[in-house]
Amino acid sequence: MSVHVGNAESAPPFPEAAHNALGDRQLRANVRNATDLIQAKRNRMTGELPDWEQLRSAGQAIKTHTLRHLDFYLEQFEENVTHAGGHVHWAADADEADQIVTRIVQDRQGREVIKVKTMTSNEIRLNEYLEQNGITPHETDLADLIVQLGNQSPSHIVVPALHINRTQVRDIFRAKLPLPELGIENLTDDPSQLAEAARLYLRQKFLSVDIGISGANFAVADTGGVVIVESEGNGRMCLTLPDVLISVVGIEKIVPTFQDLEVFLQLLPRSATGERMNPYNSLWTGVTPGDGPSEFHVVLLDNGRTQVLLNREGRDALNCIRCGACLNVCPVYHQTGGHAYGSVYQGPIGAIITPQLQSLEHSRTLPFASSLCGACYDVCPVKINIPEILIQLRGEIVRDEQSSAGGKLKIENLGMHALALFFSHSGLMSKAEAMARFAQRSFIHGGVITDLPGMLRGWTESRDLMPIPKTSFRHWWKAHGKESAE
Amino acid sequence: MSHASKSAIFARIRAANGHRSGDPLAEWESIPRDYRTCGALGFEDRIKLFDERIRHYDGTPFYSTGDIAADLANVLSERRKHHLVVPLEFPQSWLPAGFSFTRDENLSKQQLDIVDGVLTTCTLGIALTGTVVLESSPQQGRRAATLIPDYHLCVLRKDDIVELVPEAIRRLEPIKDRPLTFFSGPSATVDIEMTRVRGVHGPRTLDILLV
Repeated sequence: MSVHVGNAESAPPFPEAAHNALGDRQLRANVRNATDLIQAKRNRMTGELPDWEQLRSAGQAIKTHTLRHLDFYLEQFEENVTHAGGHVHWAADADEADQIVTRIVQDRQGREVIKVKTMTSNEIRLNEYLEQNGITPHETDLADLIVQLGNQSPSHIVVPALHINRTQVRDIFRAKLPLPELGIENLTDDPSQLAEAARLYLRQKFLSVDIGISGANFAVADTGGVVIVESEGNGRMCLTLPDVLISVVGIEKIVPTFQDLEVFLQLLPRSATGERMNPYNSLWTGVTPGDGPSEFHVVLLDNGRTQVLLNREGRDALNCIRCGACLNVCPVYHQTGGHAYGSVYQGPIGAIITPQLQSLEHSRTLPFASSLCGACYDVCPVKINIPEILIQLRGEIVRDEQSSAGGKLKIENLGMHALALFFSHSGLMSKAEAMARFAQRSFIHGGVITDLPGMLRGWTESRDLMPIPKTSFRHWWKAHGKESAE
Repeated sequence: MSHASKSAIFARIRAANGHRSGDPLAEWESIPRDYRTCGALGFEDRIKLFDERIRHYDGTPFYSTGDIAADLANVLSERRKHHLVVPLEFPQSWLPAGFSFTRDENLSKQQLDIVDGVLTTCTLGIALTGTVVLESSPQQGRRAATLIPDYHLCVLRKDDIVELVPEAIRRLEPIKDRPLTFFSGPSATVDIEMTRVRGVHGPRTLDILLV
């Protein structure tokens, strides 16, 4: 089994990628505008529901319950899909999923496919694989189309082209769309004109391509149903018009019953785009004679998910319903945008999902890409305690590094061990404080330390440090503690 | 290969979850659901809320005078729509004279693309979210017919408007195996700078006749 999460294994470390992103002022302005807007809408929409907290609790409980009985519900889902005339395939990893999808397309002599926005397909790099096999994938979500035509990668799990502004979209469309053929002259950067250009271009695809590919927002065990939540109608087109439909679904997308949708269809739209309900939800079960595709395949994907399940604390990451609220609220994401994370899953949730899917072998800097402010936990519609998982993963990574000879001798490790020694012996601690008090004198300017030498410069480069006070609390307590106690 | 993968996936799930005690269905029953499952609004307030919310998402509600055929004729004249597709079992008596209606006898995508619009009934409405739910049935048609035409006129009984999402889901329970489509206003996107643009791929104009 070989787990791949997009190109995460070869992505540069977060600090390096973030450093580059920080230099791109246009990118930062685009990201800030968009996230501020979604965040404000989201807060209004969740605020108007008196039972929002109860819905969050129920969402969390349903997801946690499902993972505890995942084998039971997957079995039930498979049975119901098959009973309704669909086919279920199991893929242990990204490669196997790519092969299954490609084989289905090739068996039907398909040369083109139309796709509904699916992060899972980005995770398994399906487009690349299809193209290598002579099959052209057409992304039909407006943002995905922009990203695909611009040869870029998505920067947000809900709004993949969030980093691109209207003028940049216009330039991509002018360069890549057959505008004269579509009867469009003088395309401007007005969003409604840009959307109209996409409509005209994609309409031809919708009416002619015979194979559709989707992911799933939810897979319902008790009916074998699949749910897609979307805005533009491109989802409905891809799910309804082709003869063959293939849905690639992560095994954690299961919910036990149709009734559970009453929770998630409230949590997801309000949390993701700040809407009371997104414009379209499609729900279908297997095949329906005379309505929609005559052939339906579900590819159930593991690709590291069962590995995440092994981690007692970290497994809650699988509860994620991909709303993106934690990205929008994250101070780190605000500054860097999504590409710095080097993964199809960005932001705080990406920082706990991406490394875990890869058994912490890659993307090891991501759990450190956080200030642990906790805002992500507060907005999460299924109450994933992201900061706690980040800390746990940091611990695992550090322990792992300490276990190698090179890691043991690293200056950071040696320093931390020395600190631990001082912190656990009061005599040593006092002596160290006395030495530091003496040593710091030449660095104090105007009551603060502004410039430390050597490795310590990193700290004082962007902030002042308060000097160690003349008397420590422990000394003070020794001298005065008894008086106050009496 | 797929079967071997299934066994491997299940083995890993069971190893991760350890010994599992208890019946999943009984455990599911005990999940706390203390969110609202019953609305508090009376009939008139519910309609008022639905009206406000569907307008918010750019759908337009119309109110029946009691003569549905005449009401439909008024809406269609106002919208200048003449040729519409109707599902096989849409009530004949509701179809006004003076317009052209084609029953959807498995029309091709191209045929659906050249009509002015589509006229259907629907299953229910959700007031809180301004949502209409369609099921795949002979009265409401197949999904392609309500998708390809650029205009959708939908007849909704006021009695079928519920207040909350859970009320809707529970009413849909008996038909949960059918293809269901929820729509809240016409197609829209916010993909370019979070600016809401109405009408991308689905019908760009949505009218609802409340009867």
